[in-house]
Parts: sequence; C-alpha cells; structure tokens
Amino acid sequence: MELTVNGTSHQVDVEPEMPLLWVLRDELGYKGVKFGCGIAQCGACTVHLDGVPTRACQIRAEDAQGVEITTIEGLGTPEAPHPVQMAWITRQVAQCGYCQSGQIMAAAALLAQSPNPSDDEIDSAMDGNLCRCGTYPRIRAAIRDAAARLSEV
Amino acid sequence: MRRARRIARRSFLIGSAAIAGGVAFGAYSYHRPVANPLLEDLPPGAAALTPYVLITAEAITLITPRADMGQGAYGVQAALIAEELDVDLDQVRLDPGPPSAAYWNTALSEEIAAFMAPGAFNTVARAGLDTAMKLIGLQITGGSTTVPDGFDKLREAGAVARETLRQAAARQSGIAADRLRTERGAVILPDGTRLAYTALAAAAARMEPARTVTLRAPGKWRLIGQPMQRPDMVAKSTGTQDYGIDVALPGMVHATVVLNPAQGGALLGYDASEAMAMRGVKAVVPVTGGVGVVADNTWRAMRAAQAIRFDWGASPMPGQMQEHWQALSDSFTRASRDSRRRDDGDVEAALRKRQVITAEYRAPYLAHAPLEPVNATVRVDADAVEIWTGTQIPRFVQDNVSRITGIPARRITLHAQMIGGSFGHRLEDAVVSRAAEIALQMPGTPVKLTYSREEDMRQEYPRQIAMARMRGALSDGKVEAYDLGIAMPSVIASQMRRQTGAPPGPDSQIVAGAWDQPFDIPHHRVTGYRAPDLAAISSWRAVGASTNGFFYNAGLDEVIHAAGADPLEERLRLCADPLARKVLEAVGEMSGWSGPAPGPGQGRGVALTTSFGVPCAEVVEVAATDRGIRLVSVWAAAEVGRVVDPVNFENNMRGGVIWGLGHAMLGETTYAQGRAEQENFDSFQSLRFSQIPEIFVRGLENGTDVRGIGEPPVPPAAPALAGAIFAATGTRLREMPFARFVDFA
Repeated sequence: MELTVNGTSHQVDVEPEMPLLWVLRDELGYKGVKFGCGIAQCGACTVHLDGVPTRACQIRAEDAQGVEITTIEGLGTPEAPHPVQMAWITRQVAQCGYCQSGQIMAAAALLAQSPNPSDDEIDSAMDGNLCRCGTYPRIRAAIRDAAARLSEV
Repeated sequence: MRRARRIARRSFLIGSAAIAGGVAFGAYSYHRPVANPLLEDLPPGAAALTPYVLITAEAITLITPRADMGQGAYGVQAALIAEELDVDLDQVRLDPGPPSAAYWNTALSEEIAAFMAPGAFNTVARAGLDTAMKLIGLQITGGSTTVPDGFDKLREAGAVARETLRQAAARQSGIAADRLRTERGAVILPDGTRLAYTALAAAAARMEPARTVTLRAPGKWRLIGQPMQRPDMVAKSTGTQDYGIDVALPGMVHATVVLNPAQGGALLGYDASEAMAMRGVKAVVPVTGGVGVVADNTWRAMRAAQAIRFDWGASPMPGQMQEHWQALSDSFTRASRDSRRRDDGDVEAALRKRQVITAEYRAPYLAHAPLEPVNATVRVDADAVEIWTGTQIPRFVQDNVSRITGIPARRITLHAQMIGGSFGHRLEDAVVSRAAEIALQMPGTPVKLTYSREEDMRQEYPRQIAMARMRGALSDGKVEAYDLGIAMPSVIASQMRRQTGAPPGPDSQIVAGAWDQPFDIPHHRVTGYRAPDLAAISSWRAVGASTNGFFYNAGLDEVIHAAGADPLEERLRLCADPLARKVLEAVGEMSGWSGPAPGPGQGRGVALTTSFGVPCAEVVEVAATDRGIRLVSVWAAAEVGRVVDPVNFENNMRGGVIWGLGHAMLGETTYAQGRAEQENFDSFQSLRFSQIPEIFVRGLENGTDVRGIGEPPVPPAAPALAGAIFAATGTRLREMPFARFVDFA
C-alpha cells in the first residue's frame, strides 16, 4: 500500500491491520515517533493525519492511506525547527525527552487550530499526553511562547 | 577495551588519517589509580593519561560516565569538566565512555557508610568501604550522587588537562607557562596567538600529566551557577534523539518476550506452533522464565507472542495483597528488628506518663513505569559480545552477560544509550540478560529486544511496600515524645541478590528519611523492622525515604495537631540543623505561611525530609472543590551547597514534586496470585497536564557539601499534601494512594 509521510510517498508491504506506529518506526525508520503504551493512553506516538493529532498506535496501516501523515521529523528539523520546537528548545522543556515528540505534535496541532488558546483549551489539548518526568510547567510556558511568536507572524 | 579506539577513530582518524596524536586526561587518584580504560588500544601517537578528557587533533571529547535518563547528567558532568578545562560546551563532543572501574562512584559509598558506621569509627570504616567499592568498581548512577561524586573529581580532570596543555604550549613556544592563558579551547600566548588544544594534543600526549592542580575559587567560575543550555535539547525537541529503543543495525531482528506473568514463576511448557506460522516470525526460543519471540518487525513479534499458549508455574510470592500487609504487620517484633539508630531520651517512660497518640501508615508497591519501555540490543559473536542499552549499572550488565554467554567481560562492549526515563528502573538489567539469552541462540545476528508496556509492568521490580506505626505524646503544646517503627522488606537485599548477593548487616533504607531527620525531640526513637521477602523490589526514586518521608512527617503532623501547635512553627522549634532550618524558613517566606487554613475550603500542609544529604521542605496548598481536591500551589526549597545549573535544578525539583504528589495521589501496584494488576497507563494512573499546580522552587547554598537533587524533592511531597488535605477537609490520610479515600479534581 502507499503511505504519504512528511510529503514523501512510500510503498509498504504490510498487514492492513499493522498499527501505523510500527509501520513508521520499523518499516520506514521514522524513529522520532515513540512507542509508549500501545493503547492510546500516553500520547508518545502522536502524529498528524491531515493536521489532526492522532495516536499512531491506534491507526491501522490501511486506514492511513490517502491522508497526509506528518511526524515530528516533518514538523521541523534541528536546522530549521518549527516555532513550537523552537519554543521547546528555548524553554529547555525536555528532561528524558521521550514523550516530547508527542507533546510537540499535540501542541502544534492545537496552535494551528487555535493560535491564541485559553488555559482550558491548552489543558484539554494536552491532557492525553503523559510526561513521567513532570515537564508540564515548562510545556505550558513553551506553548505560551509559541503562541506569542505565531501571532507575531 | 576498544571503546577508546572507537572514540579516537571517530574524532581523529576519519577524514584526516595522516594526523597523529591524541591525549586523554582525568583525575582519579585514590590510594593508587585503577587502570585508565582509555589507555587500551589507543592509536599510535595518542596517549590517555586519565579517563575524562580525550583530545585529538580534531576534537575534544569529554567522557560523562554517569547515565542520563532525563536528569541532565551528561550536561552537568560536561560542565564540571569544561569549567576548569576552559572550553565551552558547543566546542566539545560528549561520550559516555566504557564501563570501567575508573568511573566508580565515591559519593554512593559515602552515603552507605554514613549509616553502616556511625560515630567515632566513621572515618576509618569509610576508608575501608571506599576501597572495597573501588575494587568492585561500582560505576552506578543513583542515589542523587552524580553531582556530589563529580563536583571535585570532574573539575580536577579538567584542570589536569588544562595545565598539561599549557605545559605543552610552553614547551612548543619557549614561553614560560605562567605567561600563558587558556580560554575557549586554546592556550593564548602573550602576543595573542591562539594554540588550539587540538593542535597541542600530539605534544601533550608525550608529556606526563600535571600532578598538582588548584581548583578555581567560586568567584572565577564561568559556568557553574549560570543557566546552561543542555546539550540534548535540540535533538529531544526535533525527534532526532536516539534512545536504546531506536537502535538500528544492519541485519538486526526484532524480538519481544513473554515471561511468567506471575513474576519469578517458572515456565512449565508452551505451544508456539500457531505463532511460528505467523508472518515475519523467525524464531521462538526459551529464555529464563518464558520465551523470546523473534520477528522482522516489533509489532509482528508482539502479535505472535500473544498467540503462544503457556503452562506457567505458580507465583513464588503470597497470592493476595492481604497476605503482604499481614507479613508487614507481623514484623513489628524484637526478632525482626533491623536497626534502631535513633533512640534519644527515654521514649517508653515518656509515653507511660502521658496520653499517647497512635496511628498506622501504609505505602503500596509502586512501579517506576518510565515512558520508554525497557529494551536492549545484543549481538553475540564467537568470541565477543556487543550490547546497546541504557543502564545505570554497566559493570553488572557486563558480568551478567558474561555469565550467560561464557564470553569474558573484557570481550563485552557496552554502547551506552540515552534513557527515556528511569526513576530507578534501569538499576535492573533483566532485559539485557533476556536479550543476551535470545542473541546467544542466534549467533552473529543483532537482536533488539523490546518489551511491550504490559510485559514491562508485569516484570517490574517495584518500590517496597511499607508500613509504619507511630506513638507520640505532647507536653505544654509541644511535641514531647515521638516513636516511629517502620516495617518493610529489604529493598537493597532484594536488588543486590540479583547481582552480587545481599549485603550483610542492617538495611539503611528501611529507616532512611526517618532515623536521620534533623529534629530534636526530647524522647525520640526510630526503629526499622525487616519484613520477610514478598514481591521482588528495587530502588524507586528516593528509595526508603520515598515511603518514610511520608510516615515520619504524617505522624509528626498528628502529634503537632494534638498539641495545638502550628505545623511549620513547631517544626522550626524542633529543628536542630541550621541548614534544614533555613530551608523551612524559606518555604515559610515563599508561601507567606500564615497557618494551615488560609481561607474557606483551602488547606496547606508542610513537610521537611532530609534525604541524600539534602534537607528539602515543601508547602502544598489545595482547594476543596465540588469536583474534588484540587492542587493549587507548591513552594519547595532545598539546601544543595551549590546549584550547578539553575535550569536543571528547577526541572529536577519540579519534576520531583510532581512525581511525589502524583504517586501519593494515584499510584500503586497490587498483585493477585503474583500477577501485577496494573499493566498499562489506563490502570496505572499519573498526574496529567491539567492537574499540575503552580510550583515555585528555591535552591539554598548555605552548606559546604555539594549535593544532588534528583531524589530529595520526592519524600516531602506526599506528607505536605496529606497535611493540606487534612487542613482543607478534616480527613486524615494515612495510606497511599490517597485517591482510595478522597476524590481529586
């Protein structure tokens, strides 16, 4: 089947029910997408499907055909980070960092929808993303920074 | 040891093969040095004088042997070396280095010795234990020791390298060394000419390293105390940081395991015929306590694992939680007494004379559950093994894999990987042993073993279960007598039995965070009782103090309340340690403390625990709402001697507060017939984004000892929260998790 990831089309030969998470990680090498729980409880595997933040562990490969899949690698790069990634770097959000791909994808989707979100909007957008290190206060600050930066543009 | 060759090759042969010369520096004299691992197999012209700084013609590499699992260990170790070496972190490469006795942990042995040998024999006994630990070569990351262990050692390593480079420059230029300066990776001649360290490497390699160096006074520090940009931030914000779970090697296969869900039980038999027929499955092989499933994709391995039928042996532990609690309850006896290191005044007489307040407290087993499931990649060749994994115990990993494969430890190379959270979980290495067992059956093939979340949590070695009994008495509105008994299985014995064997003598962790608290109560006793082994347990962030900080403070709160005293004022009155006193004063000032009930439906609690040498106090404020108790604010202060990096300090403090609060509210691991009942983040709950209070932190620098901050913020969080809930609602919480008894918003 054909999957479009970060604008690149890939032919993959996998079971229709293989979760997108494992197609991305093991078949296509998008390792920034993280495996945390496999049951949509942690958010570490969050990607965008046509811009909508989605748990890749819950999407069957066949259902990801015909949509634009964006992973953390497609959001920005170390050389040209997305404004949300830039805010994460400047605020030094990460501790272990394992959840942060998913946190950043959730935050980027929120800000694309709602450039100047209320605290309640931030809460409901981010509550599905677990951080065991407790970086939440800096995540909130980074989202506020990114919102300010995006509204300047 | 081929690590150094690889480090050197990477930085020095590739691209510029004609250039020769490299040098490695460090400082680790202790009676006499142990072998420097960077010395072995260095390329011609290179010299490795000590183990922390490697300079070649092309690059400066700082060796940061303590594992980074999110606490920022790599960055802080590098900064301490860089401070004296006169380099900036954007100029250097970091490498975790090889497992080696050269990287033993001094501070951890001091922590243990402080308990084992109190009193006059302390110094002598410490020296003996240090020597013993050096022989074992405990290259352990744990006990909040990375900073205290490295604070002098790593700065000395940087200074030795700098002075040797300066001598090399003096020899090369003919100008006296004392006329030469160093800055940003170069020696500066009086006329301003810059001789880069990399250009001096070959000359320095032929010199004896400087023997005596003087460390700079704090006023001269460039890096220490300033906010630093952690070296891993860009990679961790762009999905480009590889963790152990991301290892990818040519020809690698993907594996998972299914082990007896009743942890420690045997595998009696299995039928894998259906699994073997599934797409991509390459092998199903026996491992200790279960099977390994090998496939061409992680998901295919995990799916096939679910298709195997098993005949499991019975659990070695008691079947019902009630039996675990009963075993603790039955351990408050003279025969089970493990230690009584605090016995001031005459507790029995004091309690006979007065009305006695009593209470019992409980803390559950608790999984570490870091977000990266455990994993290890192993390739077994005819005469060598390579391992890619993140671990806090690299030397034990080598020994265990050596035992499994029959290949000597010196032929086992460990490539340390970034760790996606640990909290003590990576002080266990069963995943590496299982990976080695599978890889041994597929010689020459790299096998990446990834546990499913469920398998990881079923095979957790959780925090100890623990129980405490308190008796207290008051006199004239003051705490007069305080008697605390704590019963738990020995976490250190359980953990070390899986490595070198259980150590003799009492276990300091049974009473850590209780026997050593800085309160001067006239009649004061703390007794540790060793419960029998139940579930296999391990070190969980703050270890014994994670349960005992709650017991000690919660009990003290009840006596203070009965005395009609203020929880902060009475702690201040009792506090005998000036450094701890300042910490209490700090949270009082930060929070504008005016008592436990600042307004209707609001409650505040306070607690202080000294653990890992750090007095840490916290004030927690909650509000009682119609949706339940809501966390509002936390003020936390800790005395650490020096705040090396204010950003990392704040992150560790806030993270520790959130860890302590969240697990006190929500976290537990329970067993039924030996099987953990919380197997994923649906049943194993932690704090979510919207539940986080405002958290204000302050680091105090009044003491002379430099300390670590990974664990000390954890113990005071639970009791401060319990105090706040009592103040807001009148409900006294004596058992964690609190969500069993109150609702949280």
